[in-house]
Amino acid sequence: MWRSLVRLQCQARVALSARYGRARLPVLWHAADLSIATSERKKFYQDVNISQREDGLFEINLDRRKLKTPGGKLFTVPNEALAVAVATEWDVQKDTLKFYTMNLTTLCNTALDNPTQRDKEQIIAAALKFLETDTIWYNVIIGSSSSIMGPQITEETKDTFRQHLGSYNFWALTGLEFVITQLKSLVLSFALVDRHLTVEQAVLLSRLEEEYQIQRWGNVEWAHDYDMYELRARTAAGTLFVHLSSESSSVKRKLLQD
Amino acid sequence: MAAVSSPLRVCRGILKELRALKGPEYKRTLAYNYVLDQFRKNQVSSERYCRAQKEALHSSQSYLCLLASSRCHVALHKLYHGKGERGPDEVADIVGLRLPTQPGGKGWEK
Repeated sequence: MWRSLVRLQCQARVALSARYGRARLPVLWHAADLSIATSERKKFYQDVNISQREDGLFEINLDRRKLKTPGGKLFTVPNEALAVAVATEWDVQKDTLKFYTMNLTTLCNTALDNPTQRDKEQIIAAALKFLETDTIWYNVIIGSSSSIMGPQITEETKDTFRQHLGSYNFWALTGLEFVITQLKSLVLSFALVDRHLTVEQAVLLSRLEEEYQIQRWGNVEWAHDYDMYELRARTAAGTLFVHLSSESSSVKRKLLQD
Repeated sequence: MAAVSSPLRVCRGILKELRALKGPEYKRTLAYNYVLDQFRKNQVSSERYCRAQKEALHSSQSYLCLLASSRCHVALHKLYHGKGERGPDEVADIVGLRLPTQPGGKGWEK
C-alpha cells in the first residue's frame, strides 16, 4: 500500500524527466525542415561519433551536427564511458527515434538543463522523503514499525543521510535521486550504488510484494514483465549514470620485479 | 549477496546484445571497441582483491542489464502495446460486414 501511494506521488517527477527528454527534444532541433512537435521523429542521421574538447568534456556528433539538450545547451559529458553509452543509445535507433529507450540521454539532459531549477539541497530533501515510507526491513538504527503509520525517523538519522547524500556531486545526485524514485527505497538504492547488490537483485527486492503475489496468483506477461523490464532498464541506467559520474580513472603501470 | 557472474560472461553478454541491436556491423561500433578495450585493461591486476576491478565488473553488469532489459521492454511493447488502432474496414470485418464502396468516390474526395 505504501508503495502505491509513494508511486503516485512520484509519478509526476518521473514523468517530467522522462517526458522532458522525449517531447521537447524534437521541438528544439534547429533544422529548417522541422515540423511541429511530434513524439515520433524519423532517424535523420547515419553515423554517431564522439569527440573530446580541449577542456576534457566529450560531445556527441550525429553526422556532422552536434547533439544539443532540449534546453538548447551543447550536450557534454565528463567522461568517455558515458559518452560511448549515450552514443550507442542514439546509434541503435532504427527508422523512428524511440526516446523512451534512451534513458541515459534523458538523465544527462536533466542534469545539464536542470529544468526544475533544483539545487543539491532540494534534491536531497526530495530523496529523504522516501525514508519514512521505506518498506525494506532494515537495521534497528533507522527504525521499524508494525503499525500502519510507519516508523518515526529521528532528525539524527535524517542528518546522517543528508550528509551522505551531500557527498555526491550534482550529476551523481541527479542519477541517485532517479534510482531512489524508481526503487522507492533509500536503503535499496544505497545498497545498489555501493555495489552490494546487482541491478536485478535490487529490482527484485523492490518488487518483493509483487513477486510474492505473482508466485501465488500467476504472472501476466504484458503487465508484470513489462513493468519489471522497464524498471530494470531505468534502474540500470540510473546506477550506471551515478557510477560513471563519480568515477575517476588513472592508469598505473607497474614493472614486474624479476 | 551480490551474485557476480564472471567477467567473460558479462563481456560476451554485452557483445551479444550489441549484435542483436546493430546487426552484422556491430564490430565497427564505438561501444564494441570501448567495451573490449576496458575488459582487456582491467584483466591484469597485481592486487589479490582489486577494488577497481570489482567496480568495473559491477558497472559492466549494470550496462548489460540496461541493454538486455531495454531490448526485452521494447519487444514486449511491440508485442502487446504496439498495434495501435484498427482501421474502419478491419473493424467491420470482425463482425462480418464490409464497408460500402462508391465507384465515383465519396462526395468530399477528389
